[in-house]
Amino acid sequence: MAKRIKVLVGKPGLDGHDRGARVVARALRDAGMEVIYTGIRQTPEQIVATAIQEDVDAVGLSCLSGAHNNLFPKVVNLLREKGAEDILVFGGGIIPDGDIAGLKEAGIKEIFRPGSSTDETIKFITDQVNQ
Amino acid sequence: MTCSERKQAFQQRQQQWQELVDKACARFPERRENFATTSGIEMKRLFTPEDVEQVDYTEDIGFPGIYPFTRGVQPTMYRARFWTMRQYAGFGSAEETNKRYKYLLENGQTGLSVAFDLPTQIGYDSDFELSEGEVGKVGVAIDTLADMEMLFDGISLDKVSTSMTINSPAAVLLAMYVAVAEKQGVAPAQLRGTIQNDVLKEYFARGTYIFPPSPSMKIITDIFAFCKDTLPNWNTISISGYHIREAGSTAVQEVAFTLADGLAYVDAAIKTGLDVDVFAKRLSFFFNVHNPFLEEVAKFRAARRLWAWLMKERFGAKKPASMMMRFHTQTAGCSLTAQQPDNNVIRVTIQALAAVLGGTNSLHTNSRDEALCLPTEDSVRIALRTQQVIAHESGVADSVDPLAGSYLIESLTSKIEAQALAYIKKIDDLGGVVKAIEAGYIQNEIGDSAYAYQKAVEAKEQIIVGVNKFTIEEAPPENLLTVKAEMEQKQRQKLAQVKESRDNEAVNKALQQLKVVAEDGGNLMIPILAAVKLYASLGEVCGVLRQVFGEYQEQ
Repeated sequence: MAKRIKVLVGKPGLDGHDRGARVVARALRDAGMEVIYTGIRQTPEQIVATAIQEDVDAVGLSCLSGAHNNLFPKVVNLLREKGAEDILVFGGGIIPDGDIAGLKEAGIKEIFRPGSSTDETIKFITDQVNQ
Repeated sequence: MTCSERKQAFQQRQQQWQELVDKACARFPERRENFATTSGIEMKRLFTPEDVEQVDYTEDIGFPGIYPFTRGVQPTMYRARFWTMRQYAGFGSAEETNKRYKYLLENGQTGLSVAFDLPTQIGYDSDFELSEGEVGKVGVAIDTLADMEMLFDGISLDKVSTSMTINSPAAVLLAMYVAVAEKQGVAPAQLRGTIQNDVLKEYFARGTYIFPPSPSMKIITDIFAFCKDTLPNWNTISISGYHIREAGSTAVQEVAFTLADGLAYVDAAIKTGLDVDVFAKRLSFFFNVHNPFLEEVAKFRAARRLWAWLMKERFGAKKPASMMMRFHTQTAGCSLTAQQPDNNVIRVTIQALAAVLGGTNSLHTNSRDEALCLPTEDSVRIALRTQQVIAHESGVADSVDPLAGSYLIESLTSKIEAQALAYIKKIDDLGGVVKAIEAGYIQNEIGDSAYAYQKAVEAKEQIIVGVNKFTIEEAPPENLLTVKAEMEQKQRQKLAQVKESRDNEAVNKALQQLKVVAEDGGNLMIPILAAVKLYASLGEVCGVLRQVFGEYQEQ
């Protein structure tokens, strides 16, 4: 049996819209993963510190305020600095099409946008982590 | 026919119909085994007079403008004046947003509604570390009075009413508004508008809290006390269900948790010695309007009736104005789809119509592109036109509360009211809304509903057109509005310039004075007003209050 996947769901920045983050956290939990939800208003530094301390396999970032271009790459860069680049980073929120290429280039492996199903997210994490 | 003969005839005909139903269902099964509203209220196959036997017309439905206000708060409703068409707007700098306001007013909008960016809503200046990347994104950036002057440049504040979506730092932004008006030669007593000022829902549904609940309630009641004499036409709070619904609640939960918050504010104000019949008339509400049309119409009517009853029975309010629930409505942002975004125009039309048939006092209609980005001018104009078509062409505004008396609407109204009251009693049992928030009760109730909805969509029990059915391949949308990255830098420079040119010694003294008043428990509005007039920044004022009151940490 594969080991239980551990995921950190984080809300970086000042955005308080946490419906999506909470729904995804719960769906991942229902799919058998171990999930830590950080709560809102976390700095990238706090998210990375928790990710490393908890030794997670993946970090999911949610942002609906438009600050994703600043915040998401920061998390990836900090993980790299701490030698934790093996942690999978994905994101979700109100992310315009035009920003997706840049985010992927910065190391965010996938972006889930409004209308995505939680099944897609579960499958993505499972495939990536078990690769 | 005597009464019992009529009853017998009814039952015979009902029996006859039931036989037809059974035959029809055997041949053509119904689409679902059970039909229910978002709140789990059964949508019966047919509603009849039997469903409203307990409803007394005079007492429960009554007449518009008269307790319990089920049919509306004004005696003639939209026959005199349509609802206020008020589009929530704000992005980037004060200059850009000022341009958008003028565009909206030129297009027939009748009130302003300010969207602030997140740093402003959380009491940080644009040059603060945590503001990076957030400046001007979800609303306009306001650091000092200089930005506020620019925001309302060329707009006479005695001519418009202005709603400001601002909560934890509401006192500061209201003070800036009063100061701008003064510079225009407009007295505070002439000002009309609303501050959201509803911090309780920030703890469980919206997230822009600063201080812990107790000092937050103190600031709110300070504003009530200040406004009752100085700004008598100002709505001192907009008790908001909107964000509760956006966070995933059902219609019943939206009514219940909003009214529970309202009860806490009234309670707090009475405890500080304010007379309920003096301040309650300036309380206003803010609701969401979602897709389920019939339940939404009933929701508004139920909310009005329940609030009137609570004010009368629980707080002994005497004046009708203290029991009237006046509310703003916004169509549901969470119902908009990024897929086939033009379909959102249709969703917004249905939602707006429900709000009007529910007797809203003002309305914001969302733009079709809001699941993708901030709305463009073209999209905003269509959204405003939607309201204008409903007002001027549909005819629904020509008679008051036209759906009253519908067996379904009256039955749903009663059920929503009863279920919301049951929630309120449960919250009472938990020790009130602050205790319920601390226990995570409200968050969990909303979370359960949000998750159930997502599951229903993924199982295709709930169809979202263009998302889980009737999908097409689409090219990425074009002409989206973006806030330029340079904007943040410019805003920081502007703040630096203001800080250079103001009388810094006077600012420091005013901030010291604010600290003294905060520590002594005096009314904060006066020292805040003095400080902002000297161009003290929002971050500086909130910084002083943070020092004194501390900051709330999410549980």
